[in-house]
Amino acid sequence: MKYDVAVIGAGVVGSLITRELSKYNIRIALLERCNDCAMGATKANSAIVHAGFDAKPGTLKAKLNVRGVELMKKFCKELNVPLKNNGALVVAFSEEEIPHLEELLKRGEQNGVPELRIVKRDELKQLEPNIGDTAVGALVAPTSSIVCPYELTIAGVENAVTNGAEFIRNCEVTGIKSENEEFVLSTTAGEITAKYVINVAGVHSGKIAKLIGDNSVEIIVRHGDYYLLDKSQGTLASHTVFQCPTKMGKGVLVSPTVDGNLIVGPSASDIDDGDDVATTAEGLDKIYNAATKSVPAVSLRNAITSFSGNRAHPATDDFIIGSSDVNRNFINVAGIESPGLSSAPAIAEMVEGIMTELTGGMEKKENFDPIRPEPVRFRHMSTEERAKLIEKNKAYGRIVCRCETITEGEILDAIHAPAGARDVDGVKRRTRAGMGRCQGGFCGSKVVEILARELGVPMNEITKFGGESKIMYDRTK
Amino acid sequence: MLNYDLVVVGGGPAGMAAALKAKEEGVEKIVILERAETLGGILEQCIHTGFGLHYFGEELSGPEYAGRFIEQVEKTDIDVFTDTMVLNISNSNVVTAVNNNEGLMQFQAIAVVLAMGCRERPRGALSIAGSRPAGIMTAGTAQKYVNIDGYMPGKKVVILGSGDIGLIMARRMTLEGAEVKVVCELMPYSGGLTRNIVQCLDDFGIPLRLSCTVVKTHGKERLEGVTIAQVDEKLQPIPGTEEYIECDTLLLSVGLIPENELSKDVGVELDRVTNGPVVDEYRETLQPGIFACGNVLQVHDLVDYVTEESQIAGKGAADYIFGKKKGGKFINTKGINGVRYIVPQRVNIEGEEKLKLYFRVGQVYKGAKVVVECDGQILSSKKKVKLAPGEMENVVITPEMLKNMNENSEIIVRIEE
Amino acid sequence: MKKSLICVSCPLGCPIEVEIENGEVVSVTGNTCKRGDAYARAEITNPVRSLTTSVKVENGLHPVVPVKSSGPVPKDKMFDCMKEINSVTVKAPVKIGDVVIENILGLGVDIVATNCDSGK
Repeated sequence: MKYDVAVIGAGVVGSLITRELSKYNIRIALLERCNDCAMGATKANSAIVHAGFDAKPGTLKAKLNVRGVELMKKFCKELNVPLKNNGALVVAFSEEEIPHLEELLKRGEQNGVPELRIVKRDELKQLEPNIGDTAVGALVAPTSSIVCPYELTIAGVENAVTNGAEFIRNCEVTGIKSENEEFVLSTTAGEITAKYVINVAGVHSGKIAKLIGDNSVEIIVRHGDYYLLDKSQGTLASHTVFQCPTKMGKGVLVSPTVDGNLIVGPSASDIDDGDDVATTAEGLDKIYNAATKSVPAVSLRNAITSFSGNRAHPATDDFIIGSSDVNRNFINVAGIESPGLSSAPAIAEMVEGIMTELTGGMEKKENFDPIRPEPVRFRHMSTEERAKLIEKNKAYGRIVCRCETITEGEILDAIHAPAGARDVDGVKRRTRAGMGRCQGGFCGSKVVEILARELGVPMNEITKFGGESKIMYDRTK
Repeated sequence: MLNYDLVVVGGGPAGMAAALKAKEEGVEKIVILERAETLGGILEQCIHTGFGLHYFGEELSGPEYAGRFIEQVEKTDIDVFTDTMVLNISNSNVVTAVNNNEGLMQFQAIAVVLAMGCRERPRGALSIAGSRPAGIMTAGTAQKYVNIDGYMPGKKVVILGSGDIGLIMARRMTLEGAEVKVVCELMPYSGGLTRNIVQCLDDFGIPLRLSCTVVKTHGKERLEGVTIAQVDEKLQPIPGTEEYIECDTLLLSVGLIPENELSKDVGVELDRVTNGPVVDEYRETLQPGIFACGNVLQVHDLVDYVTEESQIAGKGAADYIFGKKKGGKFINTKGINGVRYIVPQRVNIEGEEKLKLYFRVGQVYKGAKVVVECDGQILSSKKKVKLAPGEMENVVITPEMLKNMNENSEIIVRIEE
Repeated sequence: MKKSLICVSCPLGCPIEVEIENGEVVSVTGNTCKRGDAYARAEITNPVRSLTTSVKVENGLHPVVPVKSSGPVPKDKMFDCMKEINSVTVKAPVKIGDVVIENILGLGVDIVATNCDSGK
């Protein structure tokens, strides 16, 4: 198969790059080694659109973070992805930590972050009544927001596919040759040729760069554990509550999610295997202890799940974005750790610029549609809207996931959408079916049944997330 | 708007028994709203026997027990909507429900019986470290795969938690050819019925490890093994006792949680221990006209007791509908010294019938006494051969006992060793 | 010789003591009903269990329908019974009480359906 551009990796950055490039009359393939998009760091991070005070002034991180916050609003509006501006607090737990806040404030102002200020204990208590008693003050960042990273990714891929890009799953790139001004990619889904390659392979981007002999991308796998708490706990904090950052990152946060849960994490430890996303007892203990310092009411009794993600930490400490020295038509977009989600729209814009320069200008599509239609979200509808919806399509009258009130119609939409769900976790990320307090105990088997029916395969071929993650084996008899 | 005297939310054993009792008491317009495709609730997948010994005097399987009630419901003019999910109950007893046939429906009820049952505690609530591959599920989910869908969820199985569903599934998976390697129980005693340990584990040589838990799961795509470890008195894993067990399936049977999301939305007050509504002896919640029974009220060990409790709720709802329910003076019940909770939480001291207080204990007792007292007076004291957390117990309160009580009295049930 | 048992006849699970002399049961204590006495005697001489499982259905709403043994079967014949039951397919419609296998393995008990399946 021949393409103009091959984007390797369908995380949030790969997704938004593909979507931005789908504005042009070029043939684009988005290659993903897993059975779905958003399978790496994208599905397991803090889900914060950072205000931008943390990154060192002058770095790509600082520049793209602040620009990303601006662009995120437009992207979320066009892609119909909920974005909630809840503000952030960096809390100091002793007077010695106050200078840290002042440093962050200064840095933020240099980066161009608006409305930053430092508050004392009393005002902090007003802003966040459940804050720990040892808190003495905080940096307030009103422009910080929350967004669901995989929802943004899925929406980006959907919109890109609608605009003509091709999404190729289960397509791991194992070799790259450069022949006649073209790259020939050997993949687990066959041979693919492309004039340009964009390497957005997350923790594996160093490995991908090496395939063309580029050894400059050095990635350290930084592992982080998280807890997700029940919606009943979602109001324990209204802001994203940080502690003072350390060398290993922004520290443990407590934050509401855009869906109303409470997220706690991450821990930070460097590991070797980028695919090892097993949580560790030490990491979970650590984040729990840290979280209860920020918000003492956080209780594991209400945890509905724990998970972990691997961030691609660049050895240079800054994002690596640009043409490779080995071959300028090979663009590295690597080391996208925090604030990667926040920067993603700006990174996409930057890569669009690089591509424009490399190609000498691309022809715009006349019929590019920037809008990804809003998916039906039954749980957010009024009684009247629900009645009307069911009248149009009866599948919306059948509730499959009772904890989150997700209908069969929404699951069918998720399966039949452009680049739709192919496995149980894919349905879960698109619809929230199975994401509630019972964690799919009741609806899991129904989702398997619907997937099997719609994809025309037996139930025991349906997987949790592709590969060998089969949910059931043979018939009992 | 559809007008009904009684709306029953849930068509399992609790909902059916409550509806049938209300019908017997003369309530005219009754509707049962059931989210599954058929009536029967969770009994449909409980194909083992052991149901009905108290109520029917014979040993039935789950579907048979449910079948007897389904048959009775079908003989009455009780309306039934299956595959129908209740979305909301308003505080004026308007029940909003939805299905893919009738669409959105609203029922105005005089009384509502909550009978939504319970759900299993998932893995997330346990904070087991490790990967999150396929092959980790609750015992009840596995039960549905095997007994209803006819698929094996795995071949080499470890079960965490010795609740009855876990024990039953150990036998069920073994009979269907799987190898159940071990059942781990965090507590120093099993949460299941003794007879299930005998006939589900001992019969097949499946080891039960007490004071033992799963500390880590392994495997990227499908589960490849678990690490188990002994725990100390504080239930914390003891370093050095870790043991790796190869398996492709981890079944969790670690507790049941009453499903009270609808109850909470309508403002029904819940008991912090049972996670079910606070009710009086008629099983009426503190929200007038809203009753609760079955596993939504308290997790039962035997369905026979669910039936008994639901008939009380059905009768209570009927009395409410006919305006027969007397006001009365209500006092609280309280469990102490090993008695974790009591249902009902409130008792009418002007009540004229004898009633039972149901409770569970917090640990295993041998030869201990169950003492009922009020205002310093011992009302009854009964020695029990054995008391265990897995088994629901009850004590009887007679109208004579109530006569001497006043509005400030409190009925206390405690264990005396 | 004394032997301790837990009765499995009903969910009460009574702890039973059986006294055995020369292979004969001389006394049973601890049981709270007649079933317990019978269980204890059988457990010493010929332990039996009731068997519940499912059987394949043709044209059913579900692929399997639950079944039980009409009476207890010898404990050591459980897996033989499973093999026999797994080799059988019934045709929908199936009603509660339908005999699926008569006199399984000549043990004098039937395998009967415990749920209905009205068919597709």
